[in-house]
Amino acid sequence: MATLTRVPDPVRSRAPRQRKRWKYLPHYLAVSPFFVLFAVFGLYPVLYSLFLAMQRWDGVGPMKFVGLSNFQFLVADPTFWDAMGNTLIIWVLSTIPMTALALLIAVGLHSSIRFKGVFRVAYFLPNVTSVVAMSLVFGSIFSSEFGILNWFFGLVGIDPVSWLTDPWAIRVAISIMIVWRWVGYNAIIFLAGLQALPTDVYEAARVDGAGPVRTFLRITLPLLRPVLLFSVVMSAISGLQIFTESQVLLGNRGGPDEAGLTMVLYFYDQSFVHSDFGYGAAIAWGIFVVVVLFAILNWRLIQRPGFLKAGR
Amino acid sequence: MTRTGRIVTYTALILGALITLFPYYWLVVMASNTTADIYASPPTWTFGGQFFHNIAQVFARIDFFGSLLNTLIVAIVTTLLVLFFDSLAAFTFAKYRFPGSNVLFGIVLATFVVPTQLSAIPQFTIMAHLGWVGDLKALIIPAAANAFGIFWMRQYAQTAVPDELLEAARMDGCGFFRTYLTIALPVLRPALAFLGIFTFVNAWNDYLWPLVVLVDSNHVTLQVALSQLNGIYVKDYSVVMAGTLVAIVPLIIVFLFGARHFIRNIAAGALKG
Repeated sequence: MATLTRVPDPVRSRAPRQRKRWKYLPHYLAVSPFFVLFAVFGLYPVLYSLFLAMQRWDGVGPMKFVGLSNFQFLVADPTFWDAMGNTLIIWVLSTIPMTALALLIAVGLHSSIRFKGVFRVAYFLPNVTSVVAMSLVFGSIFSSEFGILNWFFGLVGIDPVSWLTDPWAIRVAISIMIVWRWVGYNAIIFLAGLQALPTDVYEAARVDGAGPVRTFLRITLPLLRPVLLFSVVMSAISGLQIFTESQVLLGNRGGPDEAGLTMVLYFYDQSFVHSDFGYGAAIAWGIFVVVVLFAILNWRLIQRPGFLKAGR
Repeated sequence: MTRTGRIVTYTALILGALITLFPYYWLVVMASNTTADIYASPPTWTFGGQFFHNIAQVFARIDFFGSLLNTLIVAIVTTLLVLFFDSLAAFTFAKYRFPGSNVLFGIVLATFVVPTQLSAIPQFTIMAHLGWVGDLKALIIPAAANAFGIFWMRQYAQTAVPDELLEAARMDGCGFFRTYLTIALPVLRPALAFLGIFTFVNAWNDYLWPLVVLVDSNHVTLQVALSQLNGIYVKDYSVVMAGTLVAIVPLIIVFLFGARHFIRNIAAGALKG
């Protein structure tokens, strides 16, 4: 990647010292906007949030230094633990079916069929559609009395589910929305991974008389491991930041029993609804730690040699 | 593939696509009927003639065109700034070596790990100090350049911009910024198209930060307006859905415009990453 030859510097050999100092000015100017913006809106805020996490502050009155007590409160705060539990439950409920479905779709699209382009666009569309808008649509689909889903359940003889009031149904409903939004995105990535696989191993497998299922389990899956790894780590990072579905569908406290209260929703509620900026900052750091640990855990799990047999 | 295999594959893919697209269909059904029709059992399955009546209620209740205009301004200005700043920085990192260039690019990569909610509260206080709370600048300026675009476009520029061309430009006495404008930018066009759609979509759909920083103001974006509309018409689905439909259509058109190219780039980016 970085081995490409660069353009040799035009003035290096003949420029006097004074000119040399200024000659890189355009280059520094060219890269500076990002660094200026990051310093003001990225680095400074992160450092400041560490400072804020040690204050009690409502955003208007004077700050009061409270040391580590926000963090002590966070560790003992049952609501934060519940929010973390909800987030992890929703992550599991969404990521496992999503990955399986995305693999199936990718394999289907990888076979010799027509209209691939149309299928790809159709499956990808949810990923670029507003989450707020589609949360409202799903809100009506999931509606207990009038929802189309319960009406359909009635047709096939299943009792109606209180999608937006029962704690477990709430988590399933949010997970369904996440699957709907991300399955096409992951299918597209898996498909690209499939298309990049070497064909000669498949020839060899066919010569050896391996069937399609066996070939998929023993050859395709292990070879796809880097792509699966990318997908799972990405979903670990983005899936733990679920916010919009819960907030639009269930409100700032995540609905009945706070079953849909995710970590980021709790952060939003404490920081910007209750104006508890000090504790909000502490929650943000808590989320950061959870996300980093979870991403590392996923990475280690999937990278383990035994995870998918016969990986190269 | 065997005949049976082909039939199974097509059936599964078509069924999956129908399920995926069903919410859009249902959205149009709800937006074009009355709420009573939606609540009926069995429900109405076909498009109705109520859409203009419903959307008129949306326009009467919230400043829909105002928030549409705000969203357009934010999405377009953010996209143009990102395209300019990111491509300029990416081209520089890809093709020039200057003191500290490697360290600076390393810093760009390192900023990927900074999570957004860590900076949300301090950013809000910064906006309050600047007097930008409730102002569209609060959405545009922090998003005007990003690490993803620089990283992604630098990879593209390394191979796409030929060194011979840069060398020739230098011989002709062409300065740095003119080289960027006349040589790099035209070559980078496909990458700009992808990053442009990507940025536009994200700016259009952004919700948490606009919700925070446009709080209690008359200047909201579509996503915040939709959420407010839902709060006003708690059980009047058809009105909420009419607003929702109008809010997502422009973006779907933008997406379909460059969908193939866009999807290919998403996949390629993930494989490299």
